[in-house]
Amino acid sequence: MASGRTVAEPRGGRGRAAEVARGLAAYGLIVRMWVRSTLAYRTSFVMMTVGNFAANGLDFVAIMLMFSQIESLGGFTLPEVAFLYGTSGIALGLADLLLGSIEGLGRRIRDGTLDTLLLRPVPVFAQIAADRFALRRAGRITQALLVLGWALPRIEVDWTVGRVLMVPMMAVCGTAIFAAVFTAGAAFQFWAQDAAEVQNSFTYGGNALLQYPPTVFAKELVRGVTYLVPLAFVNWLPALRLLGHPDPLGLPGWVDFLGPVVAALMCTGAGLAWRLGLRGYRSTGS
Amino acid sequence: MVYAAVAAGSFRRYATYRIATVAGVFTNTVFGFIVAYTYIALWDERPHLGGYGQAQALTFVWTAQALLATAALMGGGGLDELQERIRTGDIAVDLYRPADLQLWWLAADLGRAGLQLLGRGVAPMAVGALVFPLALPGDALTWGCFLLSVLFGVLVSFALRYLVALASFWLLDGSGLALISGLACMFFTGMVLPLRVFPGGLGEVVQLLPWAAILQVPADVLMGVRSGDGLVRGLVFQAGWAGALLALGRLVQSAATRKVVVHGG
Repeated sequence: MASGRTVAEPRGGRGRAAEVARGLAAYGLIVRMWVRSTLAYRTSFVMMTVGNFAANGLDFVAIMLMFSQIESLGGFTLPEVAFLYGTSGIALGLADLLLGSIEGLGRRIRDGTLDTLLLRPVPVFAQIAADRFALRRAGRITQALLVLGWALPRIEVDWTVGRVLMVPMMAVCGTAIFAAVFTAGAAFQFWAQDAAEVQNSFTYGGNALLQYPPTVFAKELVRGVTYLVPLAFVNWLPALRLLGHPDPLGLPGWVDFLGPVVAALMCTGAGLAWRLGLRGYRSTGS
Repeated sequence: MVYAAVAAGSFRRYATYRIATVAGVFTNTVFGFIVAYTYIALWDERPHLGGYGQAQALTFVWTAQALLATAALMGGGGLDELQERIRTGDIAVDLYRPADLQLWWLAADLGRAGLQLLGRGVAPMAVGALVFPLALPGDALTWGCFLLSVLFGVLVSFALRYLVALASFWLLDGSGLALISGLACMFFTGMVLPLRVFPGGLGEVVQLLPWAAILQVPADVLMGVRSGDGLVRGLVFQAGWAGALLALGRLVQSAATRKVVVHGG
């Protein structure tokens, strides 16, 4: 049956650029199709979006219930925790909306439908990322935006142009970092199809972690998400700088601005892992 | 007996998903660590919050992770399959079988819960006990009471999920309801925050709802917060909700099977 090698691999800069453009166009096409099909069942869509909104809202309700009993957690006030919550939630929400469907790869390998995608003249990555595009995930983004909007006027920051720009920068880099984690997790499923849940530890688990101040966690855990799976660059490091809190690891100050570099490195690594996985894919047999 | 066979079959079925089980244990453990550290910070600020010491709060965290799959704290747990069978009309075949629908699915759910308690419960709890100081009992009797309490909790969880699944007889697409009931389950079981920590009147009300029987009572039994009279009251509370909700399930079931009209004839 079809393997990764049957997909054309153009060489050279122009070929690559054309390939990316083709992939993006196909992605847009598939996304539009799924959005139209979702909106056909309007009530169901509204319910699922509200549910998605509420599911994440529960996390924040838990945080507010905690703060009904305390003034600060790990030296952070409620607006500061809300700022962490909002920035992390937006990053994960956007990554989940854009290519969260990729975690369905294991199922497609098991039932053999990945082969159908391989036969189409569109990059598999674009197809599977747009597969069953779930507009309801906008619920999480909306909820995180509301929390962030509540937090921004309440945190004590001496806003300058640079500091204002750091907030959208965090969202973009954070989205790229979570997107890389989603992709790497999917690539891992080429080898272990049933292990889809492992990546939840890093995506949803990472989000649960980043909602709270780094001062709350053990140093080893903070080191792990700084050096090993550098989720700390999603919001922790830039937020510590913005809020004027000392870094528990005592890293040099310029590290706080490495977000874009880390995001680019992670996306490259995840892309390589994806190619490796796809190339090694040998279908289910007959 | 046929129901024992169903339970055993369900146990074996879930036992075949080995990699998925390992992946689940990994995820439960990671979440356990994250929540444990936030609770340590919370109890550092407010020692004895909700009547728990820090070790008891940590025990709650790891009990919740251990029971997450067993008691289906996030919904689902195999009954989404029943919901799908009702939606597609396959349920008509099930109703022809010489077995009771509720008992059949209850047996299947108990088999699943049994496997997941062993496969997904023991390991996270062991890791938690190794890394954090937990308030675990030293005597076999308390562990026995805990297991009984877990069984009652699973019965209540099943009864609630069965009602949600049966709602598909009336709603064409039950996925919205399943989502809402999953959310309610996460919040009112104490999964997001122990019910004893909820402030004021809210805290008292949530401890009377059926969801409290699923996680809060078993956790309190395990860490010895409920002993003597409290223990008996806790078990009676659980058994009461289990009996009431299973009976309600029977009523709804007979109403549903009387009206069932499979699509297309």
